[in-house]
Amino acid sequence: MLKSLFHTQLTLGFAQAGIASVLALAVVLLARRRNIHLESDAAIALLRGIVQIVAVGSILALLLKSPRWTSVFLLTGMVLAAGSISARRAKNIPGARKVSTYSIAAGAGLVTAIMTWAGVIDTAITSLIPVGSMIIANAMNTNGLALNRFRSEVLAHAGEIETALALGAAPEHTVASYAESSIHASLIPAIDNLRSLGIVWIPGLMTGMLLSGADPLYAAIYQFVVIAMILASSGLTSLLSTMMIRNHAFSPAEQLVLKSSG
Amino acid sequence: MSIAQQTATGAVALRTEHLGRRVADVSVVTDISLDVYHGEMLGIVGASGSGKSSLLRLLNRLDEPTSGTVFLDGQDYRQFSPRELRRRVGMVTQRPFLFPGKVAGNVRFGPSQRGEVLADEDIARLLERVGLPGFTAREVTNLSGGEQQRVSLARALANRPEILLLDEPTSALDEQAKMGVEQLICSLVKDTSLTCVMVTHDRDQARRMCDRVALMEAGRLIQYGKPAEVLGA
Ligand SMILES: Nc1ncnc2c1ncn2[C@@H]1O[C@H](COP(=O)(O)OP(=O)(O)OP(=O)(O)O)[C@@H](O)[C@H]1O
Ligand SMILES: [Mg+2]
Repeated sequence: MLKSLFHTQLTLGFAQAGIASVLALAVVLLARRRNIHLESDAAIALLRGIVQIVAVGSILALLLKSPRWTSVFLLTGMVLAAGSISARRAKNIPGARKVSTYSIAAGAGLVTAIMTWAGVIDTAITSLIPVGSMIIANAMNTNGLALNRFRSEVLAHAGEIETALALGAAPEHTVASYAESSIHASLIPAIDNLRSLGIVWIPGLMTGMLLSGADPLYAAIYQFVVIAMILASSGLTSLLSTMMIRNHAFSPAEQLVLKSSG
Repeated sequence: MSIAQQTATGAVALRTEHLGRRVADVSVVTDISLDVYHGEMLGIVGASGSGKSSLLRLLNRLDEPTSGTVFLDGQDYRQFSPRELRRRVGMVTQRPFLFPGKVAGNVRFGPSQRGEVLADEDIARLLERVGLPGFTAREVTNLSGGEQQRVSLARALANRPEILLLDEPTSALDEQAKMGVEQLICSLVKDTSLTCVMVTHDRDQARRMCDRVALMEAGRLIQYGKPAEVLGA
C-alpha cells in the first residue's frame, strides 16, 4: 500500500515510521482507557527514538564514505557511553563507572579485536560497526546486570559479610559467593539467547542479512557466530567487572563500605 | 593470676583515646577515652541510638575512626593488619549470622581463614564449652535462637581472641535462653580470663555481669565506673 504512494526509500521510511508510531500510540490510548497513563513517556520515547536513530543513520551514511579506521573511534565512543550507562545500575559503589568502562572495553574490545583479526568480522565499516555495537551493547547489559545483582546481594548480606570480616576473613573471600552468583545471573540472557536462537527469535542481524539478499543458511550461521561472540564478550565483561567491583566494596582497612546507609 | 590480681595490676588490654566517628557530618561517636583491663567485663549501656554499637564497631575496626585511635596492648591498632586485629579482638553480635551448613563448619571458619585446620577434638571441646555437646554435625538451620547464639560464641572463641566484643548478645533470645547464654559468657570470662566489652540496653544484665560500666548518651561517654555507681543500686 505504502510502496505505491511513496517512491523514494527515504519518504517511504518516514511513512513507515509514522504508521508504526500511530500503532504504538493507539495502544497507549487503549491503556489510558484502563487508567494506565503512558502518554507522555511513550510520546517522548517515540520522538527520542526516531531522532536518535535518524541521527545514527545519518552518521552511518557519512561514515560509509570514510576510511575504515574511523570505526575504532566510533566503537571507543560507544564503550565510554556504555560504561557510564551501566554504571548507573551500581549506584553507591564508588568507582562503578571506571569498572564498567574498563570491563566493557576489555570484554567487548578483546573479542571484537580477535574476531576481526581472525576474519570473522569484516573490517568494512558496514560490518564492524553494527556487529561491534551489538557486542558492546550486550556487554553493557551484562555488566549492568552483574553490578546490580552484586550490589543487592551485598546489601542484603551485610551482616554475614561483616561477621566474616570480624572473624578475620579476607574481604574478597566474604563476597566470593555473591560475585559468583552475580556473574551467573548476568549471563542468563546471553545463554538463553543461544538456547532459543532460531526457535523463539530470529535476531535482527539475520533479518537484515536476509532482507539484503544473503544466502539464508550463511545468514543463519553468521547469526550464531554473533551470538556466540556476544556470550564470550559478555562473560569476560561480567567476570572482570565483578572482580574489580569486589574491591570497591571495601575500604583499604578491609571494612565493608557498600551499605544501604551510605 | 586471678582476675582480681590482674585488675589490681591494672594491665590495660584495650585503650581508646579521643575515639570518634563522624558519618555524613553527624558525630555518632564523640571523643571517647577509656581503658579496658585484662580479664574484666566492661559493660556499655545507654539509650537506643546513643552510639553503643557504633563504638563497639570501632574497637575491631569494622568501621574507621574519624578521630582518635585504639591501643591494643599499648600499640596503636592501625599497626596491625585488619585481619590480625580482628583475630585478636573477636566479636559476637545480636544476630548470630551463622554461615549455611553445619555447626562444625562455622566453628572452623576463623582459623581456616589463616590456613589453620581446627581438629575435630578442638571443635568438640569448644562446643562442649558453650553447652552444645554433640552438635558438631548439626545443620545450623534447625537450631534454636539460643543454640545459634552459642554456636556464634564458639565460632568467635575458635580464633582464641584476647578480647571479645559482644553487642547485645542476648537481646534476641527469650528469657530462658538469655539466662543460659548470660551465664555461659560469665563463666567464659572467669575461666579463661577473657577480656570482654559488652553492649547491653538491659541495666539489670549489666549489674549482673559487668565489673565496670560505661554509660553513653548521644555518642559521648558520660559516666564510667562500678555498676552500682553508674546504674544505682
Ligand atoms: N552509618 C551510619 N550513617 C548514619 N548514621 C549512623 C550510622 N551508623 C549509626 N548511625 C547513627 O548513629 C547513632 C548511634 O547508632 P548505634 O547503632 O551505635 O546506637 P546504639 O546505641 O547501638 O542503639 P541500639 O540500642 O538501638 O542498638 C544512631 O542515631 C544511628 O542512626
Ligand atoms: Mg546497637
